[in-house]
Amino acid sequence: MKTSQKVAGAAANYVDERTGAAKWLKKNLTKVFPDHWSFMLGEICLYSFIILLLTGTFLTFWFDPSQREVVYHGSYLPLSGIHMSAAYDSTLHLSFDVRGGLLMRQIHHWAALIFMSAIVAHLFRVFFTGAYRKPREFNWLIGVGLLTFGIVEGFLGYSLPDDLLSGTGIRIAEAILQAIPVVGSYLAFFAFGGPFPGTAFIPRIFIVHVLLLPGLFLALITIHLMLVWYQKHTQYPGPGRTEKNVVGYPLMPVYMAKAGGFFFVVFGVTAFLGAVASINPIWLYGPYTPGQISAGSQPDWYMGWLDGLVRAAPPLETHAFGHTISWNILIPGLIIPGILFTGMALYPFIESWISGDKREHHLLDRPRNAPNRTALGVTAITFILISLLNGGNDIIATHFHLTINGIMWFTRIGLFTIPPIAFVITKRICLSLQRADRDLVLHGRETGRLVMMPNGEMLEVHEPISDAQKWTLTQHQTPGALPAPLPASATVGIKGKIRARLNRANAVQIPAPTLSDLKELGEAHH
Amino acid sequence: MSNQIERFQDPGLPEHVHRNADVDPRAAKRAEQQIAILFLLSAVGTILTIVSYIYIKSTTFFYLPVMGRTNLQQLLLGIGLTAATLFIGLGAIQWAKKLMPDEEVIAERHEFRSEEVDREELVETFKERAGASGIGRRSLIKRSLGLSLGLVGLSPLVLLRDTGPLPGKFLNTTNWAAGTRLLRDPDGQPILASDIEVGAVTQVLPELSAGMERTLENTGKDAVLLLRLRPEDFNLDPERLSWTHEGIIAFSKICTHMGCAVALYEQQTHHLLCPCHQSTFDVTRGAKVIFGPAARPLPQLAITVNADGYLIAKQPFTLPIGPSFWERNSSNG
Ligand code: HEM
Ligand code: FES
Repeated sequence: MKTSQKVAGAAANYVDERTGAAKWLKKNLTKVFPDHWSFMLGEICLYSFIILLLTGTFLTFWFDPSQREVVYHGSYLPLSGIHMSAAYDSTLHLSFDVRGGLLMRQIHHWAALIFMSAIVAHLFRVFFTGAYRKPREFNWLIGVGLLTFGIVEGFLGYSLPDDLLSGTGIRIAEAILQAIPVVGSYLAFFAFGGPFPGTAFIPRIFIVHVLLLPGLFLALITIHLMLVWYQKHTQYPGPGRTEKNVVGYPLMPVYMAKAGGFFFVVFGVTAFLGAVASINPIWLYGPYTPGQISAGSQPDWYMGWLDGLVRAAPPLETHAFGHTISWNILIPGLIIPGILFTGMALYPFIESWISGDKREHHLLDRPRNAPNRTALGVTAITFILISLLNGGNDIIATHFHLTINGIMWFTRIGLFTIPPIAFVITKRICLSLQRADRDLVLHGRETGRLVMMPNGEMLEVHEPISDAQKWTLTQHQTPGALPAPLPASATVGIKGKIRARLNRANAVQIPAPTLSDLKELGEAHH
Repeated sequence: MSNQIERFQDPGLPEHVHRNADVDPRAAKRAEQQIAILFLLSAVGTILTIVSYIYIKSTTFFYLPVMGRTNLQQLLLGIGLTAATLFIGLGAIQWAKKLMPDEEVIAERHEFRSEEVDREELVETFKERAGASGIGRRSLIKRSLGLSLGLVGLSPLVLLRDTGPLPGKFLNTTNWAAGTRLLRDPDGQPILASDIEVGAVTQVLPELSAGMERTLENTGKDAVLLLRLRPEDFNLDPERLSWTHEGIIAFSKICTHMGCAVALYEQQTHHLLCPCHQSTFDVTRGAKVIFGPAARPLPQLAITVNADGYLIAKQPFTLPIGPSFWERNSSNG
């Protein structure tokens, strides 16, 4: 034995005698992970979170989370002699006088954008493939939590530097707090330690940004991954893949190398963005003061849809009995997001209530095979996209020579009309894709070659598809809602009627072709 | 035709196809070299990072197309870090793809549900253990424990009380009072009515009584915009008209929607625009909202001139300025 092997063996022995880890490791080194590009979205979330931890820790060494007033004397001359908070001053210091400081700030901000984008993309993957179904509902809930806290964390992050833009964002957050009926102004005074802006807010959100929420993320991500590990990954349908197995590559060495390598790729890409793409150049905005504002202020995209909803809200306030209620803030700022996020969290349970399906699912759905779910997802995305668009209405108006008034009315009407249209169109597309699948299985693939029949008719030659492809296209169960129909006892009362109605809607499917269909077709031809 | 519907059969995992490097030792050697080159490029990246950190002056800026004015050191540090990480990643992935076994393997899943006996035993054990605690029998303990557990959460809530003072009258009042002089922001000079030209807009703050400090909290509610129009442009009721002085009119600068500074003035249309959510206020009609989510006009500050000709406030704001809050009383407008 080589010395290195001896040392490794001795170390392993030392650890195992104290933990008994060998048995567990032996089993798990060959744990199987299915491979698909869409499974890497979750990995990107994890890796960009790690990048945020690393770069964020670097920033804390110089960032001074204080609203104490100082006079700037750093090397960025245009702001020389200006009064500002220590937070803004130290962010300028990081940007101009710490080697690599600007780079780390920019990597941190890009990583935050990638983190949020990856969470959303990962969520879409999970939703449209039905990966949240039993037994994975817990992970869906954790994911909704991570998305929510991610939005808050990102908002707090870009509020920290205390530039004119971020201060304006905080002012808006304060107005939302203040608008909460009965306790609003108390909440705002407690959160800000007195009147806005005060000197307490940035130190407080700093501790939330660098300690509380990252700690929470770490805990949630750990549970999330432990569940993935223990429940094993879902897989896409295909030859050899069943509800009872998982097909893929063993953890060691293939998955380790790919996943580990992918971490460095994500880091490299984020570092590249941080190196060449300027983001949040706070020195251009100046320090925050409540009497000033920069035109065209825009939040990061994951907040932009909220801003767009706020912009579209009609000017509704109730004034009665010496009290004021701002519906123009409460509805877009709290009520609609509350409904959206609650609905999202509850969706797996609603779906299984409708279908009565209590089985485990480890094979993913192809989105077209669950037309209602896919259509619902597209509906929600359409709603958010229209809001997001309105969040940039000033920019869109100037770029495309439209009036803000026009965009606002488009949004107000569009928010209620376009999503339902998107639902209908998506459902139709899903059904026609199902039909296309059926044709492909029964009639084969078009080859583009024409032949002349004895009677002079021209026909295109069709080539049968492979057995593997036939299986992939027909393995799903139709109708999607199973076990259908619901027992009669489950459909009484209003709730039962709604359930039965939705269940029937789920059952609208093009039946998956079977071997019998194919044979019948063959007989008809002869 | 038989009644039994025949479904398509799962053909099972496709046959494994060997890669070039699996069968051709020379291809494998080439792959190995490629991977090694990738790892070496990463090392070059790290060296670039270290060299730029030490040897490049942090004050060197230069102009790049698209990127604009760029700091050379930050750029090179970033490029170095990019290479250092990206190439490790590409190397590892290449290694996994080209040289590591690429045969898919199958693992069985287990059901999560525990065996029936285990579940039953759990219930039994739980009942037995709970019985041992006596919680079922001793209702006095159960209730009193329930009460104290319910209450214990109150202490952290109470302890948070001192995070801030109560709002008191702060949101209802500003530092404008009858006779307060209007000072130009930022130079702090009092303003003669004749200094203000038609079409001009000026940000002003109240002259504070001696010993009071100009804080951001004060600015956040005291900021006022002063505008001069031709008197015939106004479309105001007589009372509001009497709050103006020779075409000079003053409004709170704090948006009644969510408190941003209403900063954009369109001279032609006499519109004030808040850049946050585009609420638009018509100056000629007492800053009435003509567009956007704001529900109330900007409160108008009554102004006049004092004996020296300086602009002063006639009276405090008659309404709370800024965004709504629960205690805001709208009975006078
Ligand atoms: C999911 C996690 C996180 C997100 C989404 C996030 C997001 C952000 C954003 C958008 C900024 C503004 C950056 C700028 O443009 O200046 C920021 C600033 C900051 N973040 Fe984070 N962050 C995260 C985690 C962390 C962690 C874990 C730490 C520290 C341990 C940290 C420390 C900081 C500091 C000190 C600043 C202020 C310095 C500056 O703005 O230059 N962050 N964060
Ligand atoms: S804060 Fe002025 S429009 Fe919203």
